[in-house]
Amino acid sequence: MAKLEVRDLSVRYQTASGVVEALSHVDLAIEDRELIVAIGASGCGKTTLLSVIAGFLGPSEGEVLLDGRPVAGPGADRGVVFQRHALMPWLNVIDNVAFGLKMRGLPREDRYVVAREKLALVGLAEFESKMIYELSGGMQQRVGIARTLASDPEVLLMDEPLGALDALTREQVQELILDVWHRTGKMIFFITHSVEEAIFLATRLVVMTPRPGKIERVYELDFCHRYIETRDARAVKSSPDFIAMREEVLAEIQRRETILADM
Amino acid sequence: MTQVTEAARQAGEPRGPVPAPESAAGGRQRTSRYRVLGEGSSTVLSIVGIVSLLGLWWLATNLQWIRPLFLPRPETIWVAFWQAVAGDLDNHTLWVHFLWSMYRVFSAFAFAVAIGIPVGIAMGVSRIARGLFDPIIEFYRPLPPLAYLPLMIIWFGIGEQSKVMLLFLAIFAPVALSARAGVRSVSQEQIQAALSMGASRAQVVRYVVLPGAMPEILVGLRIGMGVGWTTLVAAEMVAADAGLGKMVYNASNFLRTDVVVLGIIAIGFVAYVFEMVMRWLERALVPWKGRV
Repeated sequence: MAKLEVRDLSVRYQTASGVVEALSHVDLAIEDRELIVAIGASGCGKTTLLSVIAGFLGPSEGEVLLDGRPVAGPGADRGVVFQRHALMPWLNVIDNVAFGLKMRGLPREDRYVVAREKLALVGLAEFESKMIYELSGGMQQRVGIARTLASDPEVLLMDEPLGALDALTREQVQELILDVWHRTGKMIFFITHSVEEAIFLATRLVVMTPRPGKIERVYELDFCHRYIETRDARAVKSSPDFIAMREEVLAEIQRRETILADM
Repeated sequence: MTQVTEAARQAGEPRGPVPAPESAAGGRQRTSRYRVLGEGSSTVLSIVGIVSLLGLWWLATNLQWIRPLFLPRPETIWVAFWQAVAGDLDNHTLWVHFLWSMYRVFSAFAFAVAIGIPVGIAMGVSRIARGLFDPIIEFYRPLPPLAYLPLMIIWFGIGEQSKVMLLFLAIFAPVALSARAGVRSVSQEQIQAALSMGASRAQVVRYVVLPGAMPEILVGLRIGMGVGWTTLVAAEMVAADAGLGKMVYNASNFLRTDVVVLGIIAIGFVAYVFEMVMRWLERALVPWKGRV
């Protein structure tokens, strides 16, 4: 059973106006079949946290452990889906998905077998020979998810992957992410600005607050399981307990904002 | 209300339906479009401009407004062209002049591409390479190449070596600097994505940075080709046995204005073909440019 642990993590940046504490003593543990969503106002350190887990940024204090081994730099065991798709426009869809396998030296046929399987998983089987710029924003983001899955990482890190999509596409891709998560059983760390999206997707919702960035509250949720069982996102999102939870989280975030504004 | 609409119209706001060429009668639907500054086809105007210029030239020379020494008649250029093709003008045919020029510019271009692109990429990705090469390139790049041609001749003699070296230096700077700028244009997220798919640093350079820098590199090659060609013709005028530049220079010594004009047209034509080939290469190699 894979496990990701963030232990007493602090990150400080040197800026022109002095040292900024982006994350202060953060502890977090994620296991297989968990979908952790981090939400909070900008500057709360959620992207910093993701960058440290991905290995793009080193901790100032504390450590990140994957299966007990400390994370030192980026690696194929932690796949990242970016807000802007960050695909390679000079490659077609299937070569984008097979990119990581090529880096590992797999022969072309083997790469394509895996890539086709992942493209089918995100519903893009017929688009393998299209170029990236021929796809819509939602499809590009699905290619980004398929590409990350192709490397078979232990953790999926998603940095506001749906932030640039229109509302309708956004809901479709949310459902797709839940399906993929349910079928692969991988742990996911997901960042979003949308409270509704956060509550819908999360098995555990982490509310973060800025200055210094830290985890303020944690909610255990199961709306995602309800969607997996009923496959009716509208019913889940319009149920009274979903709406009550949404208002509670919104109030929590807004209360924090007001306190900070008064300071 | 009316005033507002009127003001908007005067400010060049999109107007209502623009009648299509065959409106109601031809059954075509009226379509709307936004106005863009300077839009529309300019081909007809270009042709009209060129034809009038040629006509004026023909008129001015045939009516003897200008003496043939200063501007020969267009027909004379045509005669000179066939003389040049036959090799009656100097020791070499037009074809030989042309081939020498091409040989020089393309061998220099090949060296500049083979060395300039790796150096530029290295400057983009490595602090050490940037520190070493940047001051040198930035110092000599603004110099007119003809200013260091004498030095090249002293070092490498008056043979082909000095001219190819001169052209190499002239082309190298824009190629290397564009490759370096291209590295910067690669998004940090693409590099991070590759790293988190297990790519090594060398693989990131080969499979992300190089293709990502390609649009800028091709712009650099186009600029390099232009600089190389202009430098070449000038260098041939100074020191060469054959070449289009030399042909023009020889002709000017004998006051053969017709051959001078012929040479200018030939040199301009070659430059135009280069430009077209480079644009075609750009469409073929980086069709995704500006679309992501």
